[in-house]
Amino acid sequence: MRGDAKSMTVLSPRTAAEAVKTYAEVPSALPFAGGTDVMVGWNLGQMNGRAVLDLSRVAEWKKIRVVGDGIDLGSLVTHAQIQAHPVLRKRFPLLVAACATVGAAQIQNRGTIGGNIANASPAGDTFPALAVYEATVRAIGPNGRRGVPISEIFAGVKKTTLRPGELIEAVFLPFPDETPTRGIFRKVGTRAAQAISKTVFAGLVWNGKGGVLTGARLAFGSMAPTVRRLYAVEEYLRGRRLNEISISAAAELLPNDVSPIDDIRSTREYRLTVSRNILTAFLKGELK
Amino acid sequence: MIKLTVNGKKRLFKGAPFTRLIDALREDFALTGTKEGCGEGECGACTVLLDGEPVNSCLVPVCQADGRKVETVESLGVPEKLSKLQAGFLACGGAQCGICTPGMLMTAHAHLKSGGKADDASVRTALSGNLCRCTGYQDIVKSVIKAAKGGRK
Repeated sequence: MRGDAKSMTVLSPRTAAEAVKTYAEVPSALPFAGGTDVMVGWNLGQMNGRAVLDLSRVAEWKKIRVVGDGIDLGSLVTHAQIQAHPVLRKRFPLLVAACATVGAAQIQNRGTIGGNIANASPAGDTFPALAVYEATVRAIGPNGRRGVPISEIFAGVKKTTLRPGELIEAVFLPFPDETPTRGIFRKVGTRAAQAISKTVFAGLVWNGKGGVLTGARLAFGSMAPTVRRLYAVEEYLRGRRLNEISISAAAELLPNDVSPIDDIRSTREYRLTVSRNILTAFLKGELK
Repeated sequence: MIKLTVNGKKRLFKGAPFTRLIDALREDFALTGTKEGCGEGECGACTVLLDGEPVNSCLVPVCQADGRKVETVESLGVPEKLSKLQAGFLACGGAQCGICTPGMLMTAHAHLKSGGKADDASVRTALSGNLCRCTGYQDIVKSVIKAAKGGRK
């Protein structure tokens, strides 16, 4: 069955306050931003009879603001806007690289960072980057605003920990205390463009004196119901020198933090092997 | 009521606000140059420009085009006077069955108009959201490069 626009109601708030109020009045409404995923369901008739909370007119959520200790991304900022922003390019290059791999130009011009998070796909390409930058999602609801660490926003496949009536207002990216020595974003899909990832990685490392690693932040997407930081690997690497032995031991710890499955896009075995290879190559400094 | 500018003309849309932009263009405004391929944002056949940027018109509800500018393939040229890009596609065999062509043209048009480079890699990246099942892409890329170079002479 095709979508039937006549059966649907569109609510169009103009401000954040109005959006929260309207959502409280019609809690069954579906929050809608760039629509790149939701519209696929619409075309299949899955939204017939529903009310849609069209957030696209909330101008205050479309801005990228550089503040003292980081960057505040309004939830309606698109993947294309992120790629074009000079400060994001300089300070958060893994997020910029991630946004460049989402769909292609048509999707990047429409898809928003807030919509990407609210949609909570296990394969969300921006999530590993947001995880290693330790972003905070700012929600706004009937009881005001609250910050949710990116590590706590996803509850499962297509599920977030947003409370009833809450909408995503912004994503805050804190500037790291020290600039990472190296960082990489890597996505593996069936083809370069328009592909959903089989595994997707973001990693940052900080080198100290004498080649000892003072810190590492590593994350994989598509390897569990939600994006996963590799806490066991990070903990093992801290204070160690990177060499054949430590890197191979680190790669062996990967399954502690991920649980990939067989699905239409890939297999558990393929995902584990490729992810281990990516992690190893990154730690060896072989990825550019 | 939704007010939008389509190919430079002010238009009123009086139907349901969650109508897809592609349906409003084809059925209400009789602009059938825009084609529907997959209907799920994979193929790019339905690409139009929204405020100058390529978007999949099958994924845009017309209410989100309110107050904005839409450009379709009909804005490029007419058979008697093709745009440089259309002439490039004709000269280099960039079209075969033709279903993907309006989307290819609009994405390429936006790329060149926004100052995008006309080298092979840049054109391929720009067009990576437009699928073609006939030509194998080589002649499409050539067409865009030829049109861009022709324009600079």
